[in-house]
Amino acid sequence: MSKNAALSYLPRASVVHRLTGTTKLAFFLLWSTAAMLTYDTRLLAAMTVGGLVLFSVSKIRLSEVKGALLFMMLLVVLNLTAIYLFAPDQGTEIYGTKTVWVHLFWRYDITAETMFYLLNFFMKYSAVIPVALLFILATNPSEFAASLAGIGVSYKVGYAVALALRYIPDVQRDFHNISQAQQARGINLSGKDKVLTRLKNSAAILLPLVLASLSRIETVSNAMELRGFGKHKKRSWYMQRPFQNIDWIAMGLGLVVLLISLGLLVVHQSRFFNPFV
Amino acid sequence: MKKMSVKTVVAIGIGAALFFVLGRFVAIPVPFVPNTTFNLQYGVLGLFAAMFGPLAGMLIGFVGHTLIDLSWGSPWWSWIIASASFGLLTGFFTRKLDLESGEFGKKEIITFNVGQVVAHLIAWIVLAPTLDVLIYAENATKVFTQGAVAGVVNAVTTGIVGTVLMLAYSKTRTKRGSLDKD
Repeated sequence: MSKNAALSYLPRASVVHRLTGTTKLAFFLLWSTAAMLTYDTRLLAAMTVGGLVLFSVSKIRLSEVKGALLFMMLLVVLNLTAIYLFAPDQGTEIYGTKTVWVHLFWRYDITAETMFYLLNFFMKYSAVIPVALLFILATNPSEFAASLAGIGVSYKVGYAVALALRYIPDVQRDFHNISQAQQARGINLSGKDKVLTRLKNSAAILLPLVLASLSRIETVSNAMELRGFGKHKKRSWYMQRPFQNIDWIAMGLGLVVLLISLGLLVVHQSRFFNPFV
Repeated sequence: MKKMSVKTVVAIGIGAALFFVLGRFVAIPVPFVPNTTFNLQYGVLGLFAAMFGPLAGMLIGFVGHTLIDLSWGSPWWSWIIASASFGLLTGFFTRKLDLESGEFGKKEIITFNVGQVVAHLIAWIVLAPTLDVLIYAENATKVFTQGAVAGVVNAVTTGIVGTVLMLAYSKTRTKRGSLDKD
């Protein structure tokens, strides 16, 4: 089991880290909605550059996220290949023209339109990834529940998310211990067995893990009930910080990007920027 | 939103943690189909949805899947929404089950499995691909093929893992009316 493969909070002294969690969450949501809506190459390019600038401001080094980046590149490339294999004419369908560069075989041509569509698809990732990474790496998990409450989510849901973040390491440790214990008793989980056997064997780990989790739910909810959780409509958060000017600026920036994305949609009457017509 | 009990709040939190750990670190590859794995987390999500209800199921799916995606770097909203709706639908279809009182016979197994299969089909073959087309303007054939494979694999996993877990869990509970007067 890979222990430190998952991305987690990296504390630094930077502008991005100084923003409140609420700002970062709101900015991330505005930004990714904007990128989700548009297929406009110019906006996506601007957002990619903007995201990279923010990333360099955050003092997080590229080498610290190399593993995650490589993995994502692999996923993107696989996805792009799958799209091409399933629909070599997707670009023509969208942009309306067909400019063949190279004919390969059967229905597979390399057309300018499809390559442009794939480039746009790639840029949809590249526009979001830097900001998403920043959101994960520069937000203190303890502050996360407070930021959810900050954007108007019910505090109970915020608290549930905080509990999830708190108990992930515990569940992971339980899982590790149980799987070692079951392996010591001769239950094989590696790839040597047939798939059905492996599925059945995995139940031998899941069962104690789930039962332990259920009794943990019992304990934790009793403890919270005893302390009067959920009595009031609102609660305060230890990690909540007051908004500063820079927070408003960042929120405004996120809103502007979303408005541009919506504006392009309205002006062009389409999500795509079409250079072929 | 209906009032959530403290227990539901905690179940969402710990359920999402379980969902995350299983989805992020445990992968059993499907034979012959590249890049697909049996997602054990859906078996556990099925159990939690049946025990704690649709709202808990939905939020466990949503929070757990979002955390998994974020730990890889970037969320893929269409599939996150599909996970959440699987939890919601399973919780809704199995609302009559009463695992806590140890009732889990043939009838309950069928209820659970029909419910979870329908929920998976709606989530992965209807919702996820439609959202993929709407949000990401992907090719329909590609995403529906992907969705169909994911739906079938997840339904099989949930069927096996979920049923085994429920059977075992209901055995640890005392049946209602199991005491006799001598």
